[in-house]
Amino acid sequence: MLSEQLKRFREPQLAKETIVKVKKSLQALQTYQGHKAIFMEFCGTHTAAFSRTGLRQELKEYVTLLSGPGCPVCVTSAQDVDRIIAFSQIPQAIIATFGDMVKVRGSEMTLQEAKACGSDVRIVYSSLEALEIARENRERPVIFIAVGFETTTPTAALTLTKAIEEGIDNLFLYSLHKATAPALKALLHSELTTTDKRSTNIDGIILPGHVAIITGRKCWDFVVQESKIQATISGFEALDLLLALEDLTQGIMNQHDQVGNAYGRAVSEAGNIVAQQAMEQIFELQGGDWRGLGSIPQSSYKLKKEYAAHDAEKAFTLPALPESKGSSCQCGDILKGIKTPLQCPLFAKSCDPVHPQGPCMVSHEGTCATYYKYERKL
Amino acid sequence: MCLAAPSQITHIEEGGFMAEVESFGNKRRVALIMVPTAKVGDYVLVHAGYAIQILDEEEAKESLRLWEEILCSQNS
Repeated sequence: MLSEQLKRFREPQLAKETIVKVKKSLQALQTYQGHKAIFMEFCGTHTAAFSRTGLRQELKEYVTLLSGPGCPVCVTSAQDVDRIIAFSQIPQAIIATFGDMVKVRGSEMTLQEAKACGSDVRIVYSSLEALEIARENRERPVIFIAVGFETTTPTAALTLTKAIEEGIDNLFLYSLHKATAPALKALLHSELTTTDKRSTNIDGIILPGHVAIITGRKCWDFVVQESKIQATISGFEALDLLLALEDLTQGIMNQHDQVGNAYGRAVSEAGNIVAQQAMEQIFELQGGDWRGLGSIPQSSYKLKKEYAAHDAEKAFTLPALPESKGSSCQCGDILKGIKTPLQCPLFAKSCDPVHPQGPCMVSHEGTCATYYKYERKL
Repeated sequence: MCLAAPSQITHIEEGGFMAEVESFGNKRRVALIMVPTAKVGDYVLVHAGYAIQILDEEEAKESLRLWEEILCSQNS
């Protein structure tokens, strides 16, 4: 039975034995490289998994695990949040959004605060629920705040396709969907590789397992082949993470020329073709703003011209947006793996999960929220 | 954000767009259109209301077998 096997990926005894092996390998890597390895987990779900399983602490003498920009809510710019709030103020509009987005602060307020002021904001778990709201409220515009990486982007594409088939013309998408590979490229070619070599330079990357389900393994080979950094795709159970660390370690020492796949039960070479076709049908890549990383070419999924009638950015004219204000929030550097939350002056002082100042504290999988829950010294 | 829950398909609705799945005792309806070859009894990963992948039983077995081999050689 598959369910029995899936449980084994969480089995404590197997993980304990595996930790011993992984520690030995990481020690060998330290000898090989001449310094303790620095790995970055790109994906926020991995950040949460490394902390939740205790592996970050357990392995801290053997490997430094840095968090990357892989939380779609966290990388949404303050200006984009301002636009969401402006959409919520359109008369009769219903905003349908994933829960994390309501707490992210724009220049002046959060969507939650806009709701308290009278905006109709509804939290959904799936874009299909937004479609249902649109079916039930045919006289009102329903704007779905489409956030997420490639894992989520095809779900929005397929929901919009269904809305069009059904003739539901009051469903609009505000697409903030982002492509992960261009961000990783930008990150690898930013100051991480040009500043003080060993304080920030990363030796290996743990690639996002659920994004890779959609994209496939082979499209990530550029990381090894162009950027000359080893990388491995990982799953999310304790044993998956250990397997990925082992694979990455072996990849560095044996100079693999391909990205490793330590999540074979879910990730194939070519990915999910239906999902890729759905994304290509509806979206095209344009430049996009990432909080912390700035503007990245070809990194933002926007609706193609033929779907302008369902594109919130084309269908509605927004008032002038508030000017963004400076803040000592360090989310930008945290998203690049330059700082950890413990190095931010606001962390656990004026910024906590109840009163988040920056998006990394808002999302459950934001690096700051994860560190607040698991890594903070009390 | 990119969480996906392993769930078992218990019923496929007419037309195949939606299915009922069970995950840790919870039943819910998800879209099946992204995994057109899925059948009742398959385990799928569900993200944002859509099944995004069928889990490969042979690959799961293979990962576990590899580990057991590595650990055996370490302990012997």
